[in-house]
Amino acid sequence: MYKPTIGLEIHVQLSTKSKIFCGCSTEFAQEPNTQVCPVCIGLPGVLPVLNEKVVEYGTKLAVALNMTINKYSNFYRKNYFYPDLPKGYQITQYSIPLGSEGFLEIHGNIGNQKVRILRGHIEEDSGKSMHSGDITESEFSFIDFNRSGIPLMEIVTYPDMETPDQAYEFLVLLRSIVRYLGVSSGDMEKGAMRCDVNVSVSKDNTMGTKVEIKNLNSFKSVKKALEYEIARQIEVLEKGERIVQETRHFDEHDGTTKPMRTKEELNDYRYFPEPDIPPLSISDEYVASIKREIPELPHKKEERLISEFGISKDYSRSISYSQKLAEYFEDVVSFAGHPKEVSNFLMVNVVAFMNDKGVEIDEVNFDKHKFKELLDLIDQKVISGNIAKEVIDESLVSGKSPKQIVEEKGLTQITDEDAIKNAVLEAINENPTPLNQYLGGKKQVYGFFVGVVMKKTKNKANPDLLNKILMEELNKLSS
Amino acid sequence: MEIGDLTIKDIASRVKRNEISANEVAKFYIEQIHMKDPLINAFLYVDEDGVIKRAKELDNLKNKKGLLFGVPIAIKDNMNVKGLQATAGSKILRGYIAPYDATVVQKIKDEGGIIIGKTNLDEFAMGSSTENSAFFPTRNPLNVEYVPGGSSGGSASAVSAGLSKAGLGSDTGGSVRQPAAFCGVVGMKPTYGRVSRYGLIAFGSSLDVIGPLTKTVEDSAVMLNVIAGFDAKDETTAKVEKEDFTDSLGKEIRGLKVGVIKEIADFNVQSEIMQSLKVSYSKLEQLGAEIIEVSLPHLKYALPTYYIVAPSEASANLARFDGVRYGLEGEGENIKEFYEDSRTKGFGSEVKRRILIGTFALSAGYYDAYYVKAAKVRRAIEGDFESAFSKVSSIILPTTPTTPFKFGEKKSPLDMYMSDIFTIPVSLAGLPAISVPIGKDNKGFRVGIQLIAKWFDEATLLRVAYALENY
Repeated sequence: MYKPTIGLEIHVQLSTKSKIFCGCSTEFAQEPNTQVCPVCIGLPGVLPVLNEKVVEYGTKLAVALNMTINKYSNFYRKNYFYPDLPKGYQITQYSIPLGSEGFLEIHGNIGNQKVRILRGHIEEDSGKSMHSGDITESEFSFIDFNRSGIPLMEIVTYPDMETPDQAYEFLVLLRSIVRYLGVSSGDMEKGAMRCDVNVSVSKDNTMGTKVEIKNLNSFKSVKKALEYEIARQIEVLEKGERIVQETRHFDEHDGTTKPMRTKEELNDYRYFPEPDIPPLSISDEYVASIKREIPELPHKKEERLISEFGISKDYSRSISYSQKLAEYFEDVVSFAGHPKEVSNFLMVNVVAFMNDKGVEIDEVNFDKHKFKELLDLIDQKVISGNIAKEVIDESLVSGKSPKQIVEEKGLTQITDEDAIKNAVLEAINENPTPLNQYLGGKKQVYGFFVGVVMKKTKNKANPDLLNKILMEELNKLSS
Repeated sequence: MEIGDLTIKDIASRVKRNEISANEVAKFYIEQIHMKDPLINAFLYVDEDGVIKRAKELDNLKNKKGLLFGVPIAIKDNMNVKGLQATAGSKILRGYIAPYDATVVQKIKDEGGIIIGKTNLDEFAMGSSTENSAFFPTRNPLNVEYVPGGSSGGSASAVSAGLSKAGLGSDTGGSVRQPAAFCGVVGMKPTYGRVSRYGLIAFGSSLDVIGPLTKTVEDSAVMLNVIAGFDAKDETTAKVEKEDFTDSLGKEIRGLKVGVIKEIADFNVQSEIMQSLKVSYSKLEQLGAEIIEVSLPHLKYALPTYYIVAPSEASANLARFDGVRYGLEGEGENIKEFYEDSRTKGFGSEVKRRILIGTFALSAGYYDAYYVKAAKVRRAIEGDFESAFSKVSSIILPTTPTTPFKFGEKKSPLDMYMSDIFTIPVSLAGLPAISVPIGKDNKGFRVGIQLIAKWFDEATLLRVAYALENY
């Protein structure tokens, strides 16, 4: 059995209002080269001035990922020529990053897993090149410097993951964390989170030859690329060949990885300390104040919702990973109780509605008062759980209150025992074949009769009464 | 008294009192430039229309104030003045117009100064003679067969020849002090971090300091009052209290301890310079200062250390000149050829040499042996000065080992580099220093004597310099 080893390098775009070394706006999707100044296009004579918000956001993220914040960290120049790199070097952190040695515990379907984090450092983004057609044949290139100087935090994990699912879990959790912290939008599709992966396979405890994969533009791409690459490496080894240490490019269209031109990898970046920015010094008090600002994070919340409210693991995770959903859930539960029922309605009905309409929970017209009204109707046996689903769906669309809907549509539950008994007897009399099957010992047929009665009562029969009467009548016939 | 003989204070106060107009002052200097600059070539660009317009604006102001009110200032062409060219003496920036003001330029304008023009320099401030300018060499006004020094040779000769009341230069390894010495004027390199570098086209970022070139120590102090101070646009500027540097001028120096460097004996120094140095010692002693010998054991390593640190930083600082966004645009089939062609055509040979040295020193496998080692030696040199300054409050030594040389005389780069052996150690340590003309050589050139003080103690520096100048 081959065992894959996976490590991630993630660039998180920090959502500060201005760029890392100048005052330009960081707003996304603006006209090209409208959010630039002499500093971020590298005019002669300019100097970088570190944005304190970037330090704050970076520290927040590093603390949330359990990293140690270095008292002193420094900036370096990473030298290489590229048209979208205006200064001919990128200002980044190198020998001492902002944060070192952290970890994140992922608990997905594959069990709990601790992924250690090597480092987290802050740096500037480059501009963006756009080519007309293929890069090798393109006659022109266009450069947009709006992105030049956007703050990034690079997070490097240890190679602690073994499956594409774990890598996926890690990224999903990280995205949720950056959103909870408010330090990044975490949108991979918009480039606010970018990920390169390192993967190798081995049959024993020695490390296999590592391959880096770039151009992963979505969480799904990460998973697909890893699945493909792991299979490819195993196939190569099975043929008795060797893995080449290289950087490969993920092709979204055919789902494969292809080697990148090796020329690009022969860069010697000639790192040296950035003389324009003094070392960054961070006090214990500062770190302590940042720690106080960190909210309960999604993976902790996930555990708590299970232990405190007894809701299912899947629901707890889905609710916890979205801060807004979690806030909504806790708000409703504290007002109306019934955590299990609330989690059910939330995940089955409300989220389905949100996905369908493409809206967020705060745009949904179903507040805690309506939720309580709905739960009260069930409690008072005015409607059944099944009817409640109809009511909530209707309320989400029309905005009417549950009571109003129940009244208008006459959905009040049938609690009249005679009426239910009539329906039960009809169901039994009209279906001799299933009856004989039931009487012959095929007890599963019971559910069929429930369905028939529900249909006859337009779903309004009180489920408890229905069960009681149906069972009584069937028992009479069997004895 | 002729306008040219007035001090900065004189001009500013007379213009403010309407005794003379800014326009008269401006016209006087433009006339001087017309008469003398065709021979000297101090300026790369003179902003005649702008100067007259600005002078008239100043004259029309009701509320006339500012330390430099109506005073013409020449700016080295590696500093950004909005709307004027900023070539750094390089073909790669020919025709480049600065879209913003350097902080020092803004400060000069705020104090009522008039930017008279942009002065010549060795390309990207790399050189000691102004011969490396991509456009033309500047001549020494004291004898036009000789170089004015460099790299701020344009500003030094402009001040020396009376083409501007004062000038700004930049000093990375001696580029203000050495041309000041060669042209017989006062040149100061303030403490690293005293003056904002924002808007100065970077050469060696951890060494570059903007400093004034003036006729007198007092003018130098006034200029420092204008340009000094913390700048939010430059993180390497220090947050130190504002002071009036003219306050210490004229204070007696009795009891001050002045250090002379023991290791000076290990260097080959022109005899007339040693003579002037000894004259300076005795002047200081007669003024009541105490001359004490101090040792700087790592002094001899300063030059090789500098020629690792400065080119390393330069190799990165000059990477932005790639022809993509501005400046000379080369040709090529692909981006690599385009870069190569732009930079081959755009840079001169000394600049290329230093980019290569720096690139090499930072390369994988050499970084520790060169850059890291140089950084360590640099700290040792700083340490030498630190212990010397525990014994004395200033140090005296020559600015240069020789007086000016002729054009083309320094054949090898190394010969040229030797011109800065006494200024470079001070730059590596980031200390403030000033070159003051004392004595003469047999060709009639002035000898530059250099004073050094503790970090951020320009007050003492100027106090001793003033005493020496006015003895």
